[in-house]
Amino acid sequence: MNTIDQIAMEPEEAEKDSSAPAIAVEDLHKSFGSQNVLNGISLTVNRGETLAVLGRSGTGKSVLLRLIIGLEKPDSGSVHIHDRDITGLGLDQLGEIRMKMGFLFQHAALYDSLTVEQNVAFPLRHHKKAMSKSERGDRVMQLLSEVGMEGHLEKMPSDLSGGMQKRVGLARALALEPDILLLDEPTAGLDPISAAEIDDLVLKLQAEHHMASIVVTHDLHSAKMIADRLALLNEGNVVIEGSFEELQRSDIAFVREFLGHS
Amino acid sequence: MIDRKFSTVTGMGPALPGPQTSLMTPVVGSFLGLINKFLEWFGDLGIFFWRVVRAAVTPPFEFRELFRQLDEIGSMSLPLVALAGAATGVVLSMEARYSLTRFGAKSLLPAAIVFSVIHETGPIITGLVVSGRVGAGIGAELASMKVTEQIDAIEASAVNPYRLLAAPRILACILMLPLLTLAADASGLLMGWVAQALVEPLSLHQFINAGFKGADFNDFLPPTFKTMVFGLIIGLVACFQGMRTRGGAAGVGRAATSSVVLSSLFVIMADVVLVKLILIFFP
Repeated sequence: MNTIDQIAMEPEEAEKDSSAPAIAVEDLHKSFGSQNVLNGISLTVNRGETLAVLGRSGTGKSVLLRLIIGLEKPDSGSVHIHDRDITGLGLDQLGEIRMKMGFLFQHAALYDSLTVEQNVAFPLRHHKKAMSKSERGDRVMQLLSEVGMEGHLEKMPSDLSGGMQKRVGLARALALEPDILLLDEPTAGLDPISAAEIDDLVLKLQAEHHMASIVVTHDLHSAKMIADRLALLNEGNVVIEGSFEELQRSDIAFVREFLGHS
Repeated sequence: MIDRKFSTVTGMGPALPGPQTSLMTPVVGSFLGLINKFLEWFGDLGIFFWRVVRAAVTPPFEFRELFRQLDEIGSMSLPLVALAGAATGVVLSMEARYSLTRFGAKSLLPAAIVFSVIHETGPIITGLVVSGRVGAGIGAELASMKVTEQIDAIEASAVNPYRLLAAPRILACILMLPLLTLAADASGLLMGWVAQALVEPLSLHQFINAGFKGADFNDFLPPTFKTMVFGLIIGLVACFQGMRTRGGAAGVGRAATSSVVLSSLFVIMADVVLVKLILIFFP
């Protein structure tokens, strides 16, 4: 597609252009005060593909996700969602893009004054006004069943374990049927069994919904299990990007050190 | 050498080291830093206010949240405001009785109480009580949501947090303050009369008649409606401090404290300006 075609194309048309990647990050820079967090990261994720972003703590993995969903503004560079640059958009315009994205926060970020049911119903209540109360209730039940939480409708977030909170967070992230899913440390802080359950759940959801996903994680085992490709970050840069086998074959000292310690 | 001459003549360039400069530089530096922070805070507040206004006047409107906040702010603050108003009425009655008796103007006592309550003490007491109760509540609630990423989650769900969280709270404060002021005025006048009647028999009818003699709507409406500005200040400052919080539990505590301190301070400062404006436009 040439530049003139791209300019002439309306955003809706661009979204329908299936050849464009779902997420394209180009030369992204971000710093907080004097601390450079991201130093020119470029990544793409296609429809139906899962990219795991790995790296040590403080290398900007979560910041990268926040930039992709527009919760932070980059210092320079661009983020394209379905071929539409979101870096200069206002809150309401970003809202249109975000309706096609689901985000699971590291600590689930459930609304602590709402029940499990109300948490999952929150995006539906605000964006599916035409939905009747019973239709909304059915949809919430369906979402909670998908994550195995259908028996906890009336519970408050404070009554749930970390793993259960993440499941509810995942159900909420899927409520608007997004075609992009961003997961920030989905297995962090969980015991190995709960972590494996979350991994299985993510795999099942990806198989069912064919979303483009980015999973930020420390957990190499989890990344290997759920991702098609892996990107390893160090000091705000992508050190290597490829399959797990490609990472294993790498001669880069940092990659070998990271894999050796994981 | 040339540089040194140039500096001496123009007063520009590197200052010569000396006891005065070494003392002055950090003082001036920290003073300028304070001014810079102050201006930055006001700039951020202005941007926040603009975002809230834009979110408030464009659909979808969050009526359900507005009604919840009206109930929260109004009904929960009512007992406190009424109690504070009543205490003020009693104190005013006792103080005014003592002063007016000394100057031989005891017959003016009902008018003194009525005018003091509806002109100033009712509105300002309401403003300060609501600053304390509602300012702290909003500041702490939003700060807690901010540090636990709940506000980010709202934004990530494609919902505008200025529209959902800030606009209904600020609007509820603006709408409820005049009503709460009426409650403070009523309880202040009632208890002012009780305090008066306990010392010297006087019916409520006589007290009201004597108190409101010569009063018109200009004595009553502007001071009551000026509290809408207090409501704007309390809601705006508390939402702003809450939604910009950083730093975990300590940040939540700081947001609650600063919401109360700043909104109380700005309410008192705004009162000075509003009283002057009312005297000019409603003589």
